[in-house]
Amino acid sequence: MSTYTLSRGVRPSIKQTHKPGENPWSVSRMAALLVLAVLAVTWLVPFGWAVLTSLKSEADAGASQITLNPPDGFSFEAYRKVLSAGDIPSWAWNSLITSVAITLITVATSALAGYAFSRVNFKGKRLLYAAIIAAIIIPPQLLIVPLFRQMLAFNLVDTYWGIILPQAFAPAMVLILKRFFDQIPVELEDAARVDGAGRLRVFWSVVLPLSRPILAAVAIFVFIGAWNNFLWPFIVTTDADLMTLPVGLQTVKSAYGLQYAQNMASAILAALPLVVVFLFFQRQIIKGIATTGFGGQ
Amino acid sequence: MSTAIDTPPATTEEVTAQGKARAKRGETLAGWAFAAPFAVLFGLFLVVPALYGLYLSFTGETLTGAGSGLVGFSNYADALRDPDMWKSLGNTLWFTVLSTVPLIVLSLALALLVNLGLPGRWLWRLSFFLPYLLASTVVVMFWSWMYNPKLGLINAVLDKFGAGPVAWLQDPKVAMISVVITTLWWTIGFNFLLYLAALQNIPEQQFEAAALDGAGKWRQLFSIVIPQLAPTTALLVTLQILASLKVFDQIYMLTNGGPAGTTRSIVQYIYESGFTGYRFGYSSAISYLFFALIVLVSLAQYKLINRRSVA
Repeated sequence: MSTYTLSRGVRPSIKQTHKPGENPWSVSRMAALLVLAVLAVTWLVPFGWAVLTSLKSEADAGASQITLNPPDGFSFEAYRKVLSAGDIPSWAWNSLITSVAITLITVATSALAGYAFSRVNFKGKRLLYAAIIAAIIIPPQLLIVPLFRQMLAFNLVDTYWGIILPQAFAPAMVLILKRFFDQIPVELEDAARVDGAGRLRVFWSVVLPLSRPILAAVAIFVFIGAWNNFLWPFIVTTDADLMTLPVGLQTVKSAYGLQYAQNMASAILAALPLVVVFLFFQRQIIKGIATTGFGGQ
Repeated sequence: MSTAIDTPPATTEEVTAQGKARAKRGETLAGWAFAAPFAVLFGLFLVVPALYGLYLSFTGETLTGAGSGLVGFSNYADALRDPDMWKSLGNTLWFTVLSTVPLIVLSLALALLVNLGLPGRWLWRLSFFLPYLLASTVVVMFWSWMYNPKLGLINAVLDKFGAGPVAWLQDPKVAMISVVITTLWWTIGFNFLLYLAALQNIPEQQFEAAALDGAGKWRQLFSIVIPQLAPTTALLVTLQILASLKVFDQIYMLTNGGPAGTTRSIVQYIYESGFTGYRFGYSSAISYLFFALIVLVSLAQYKLINRRSVA
C-alpha cells in the first residue's frame, strides 16, 4: 500500500504525450480526444451553469426562456447581496475553525497511536488494534441517535466542541500511519535512542520529519472530509450562528426559494475555498487522496 | 515519561528477570501514553455510543420518555414488520446497484482515456475530480437548479430537441435515476483518481514485451491492464458498495426521500424515526439491523477478494 517513498501517488510530472513510434495525430487518438473533451465539458456544465446564473439579475435568472445573453447583463449583484445580508461569512468561519481543529486533532492522535502500534509492545495492544479494525466498518451515520443524546448529556449540543469531537479521530488513518511507520527502518531510531533520547523525543525528531508526506496526505484527506461533512454538524447544531457552511446553506436553499441568482451565488461562494486551494495544490491533493485512498477509506 | 522508558534497552543476556518485568511495564506505560489521546476519543465517541445505541434498541425510549424501559426485542420485531423500513432498505439496495456499476465502469474508462497521454491532461483531471471536493449541499444546489422542471438547463436543452419536459425529481419513475446521476457526477473523481494512480504503476516493460509479441492495444488492455488493476478494482468496489449503502445527504436534500418515499434511504429512515418521530429506541434497532447487513456485506467481500487472490 503506501510505500516508504510514497511512490504510489499519481505521478504529477507531465508524461510524454505519446509513445515514441506512435503517430500523435492518428484517427483513434483523435477519436479518444473527442470523447474525452465531450465528457469533460459535460462534467463542467453544472459548474458553468451555476456561475452563469449567479451573474444574472434575479429577473433574468428566473426567466423561462434560457439565454446566454440576458437583457440585464451580468453583474456581481447577487454575490454582494448574499455577502452583505446572509450568514455566509460566519458559516465559513465556523467551517474553518471546526475543520482545522478536526484535522489537527485527528492527525496528532492518529500519528501517536499509529506509532504505538508500530513500535511499542504494550499490554492490551492487540485488543485495541482489533477494536480499531472492527470500528472501521461501523458507519458513523448509524450512531447519530445515541451520539446526539450523549452530546445532550455532555451539554455539547450547539457548541464548536460538539461538532469537532465526534469527528476528531479516524481509525483508518491510524492504520495508514501505522503501516507507514512500519516501513521506517528501526535502526534510525535506535541510533537516536543510544544517544539517550526518550521515545517521545525519537518520535518527534526522527519519525515525524520522515513522515511529512504521509502526514500531509492524511491531513488533506481529513480536512476535505471535515469541511464537507453534512450529517453530524446538521444534527448537532440548531443555532444558525454556529452552523457550518454545508448546514447553513441548506437553510438558505429552502429560505431563498425562488431567488435563483442568489442561491447559485451562495453555492459558488461555498465551493470557492476548496476549489481555489485545489488549483494551487493540485499535485499534493491528488497525491494525498491517492495515497490515503489506497491505504484505507 | 518515566526513566525506565528513556533507558535504552540492554541486550537480553544482561537483563535480569526483575529488569525484564520493569521494562515490560515501561513498554506498556509508553504504549498507552502514545495511544491514549486516540483511545479516549475512540472510546467516548464510538465505543460508548455504539453500546448505548445497542441498549437503546432494547428500550421504548422516546423524547417524552413515555413507554421507556426495557422492551426486549419488540423494536426489532416491529422493524421487521415495518413496510416503510423494507421500502427504504429496498431503495438503498437499488441505489447501491444503480450507482456502483457506473461509478466503477465509467471511472475506469475515464482513467484509461486520460492515461492515453493525450494533450490537456491537467484539464481532464481537473474536470472529473473537481466535483469530489464539493460539499453535498453545494452539489445539491447545482443539481436542483439543473433539474428544475420549468427553468432548468436539462429540460431547456431537451426542449430544443423537441423532447421532455421531464419531472426529474418529482416523477417516481425518474427520481432515483436523477439521484444516481448527481451522485455519479459528484463522486466519480475519487475512483477515477485511484484508477489513474494504479494505471501509472503498471510497469512500462510489460507493454513493451507485449508489443514485441505483437499484441495490439485492445489485447494489451484485456490481458495486461485490467488484470493488473484487479486489486484496485476490488478495493474500489468494496469502498463503493459501503459508501452507497450509507447514502443520505444528496437524497435528503434533493428529494427528501420523495416522491412517495421512492428514494428514501435507510439512513434517512433512521434519521427520521430518531429525530422527527423521536422514537430513539426504534431508530437504534433499525441502525443495528442495518449494521448487521453491512457486516455481512463486508464479510462476503472479504471472502471473495481473498479467494480471488489465492486463485
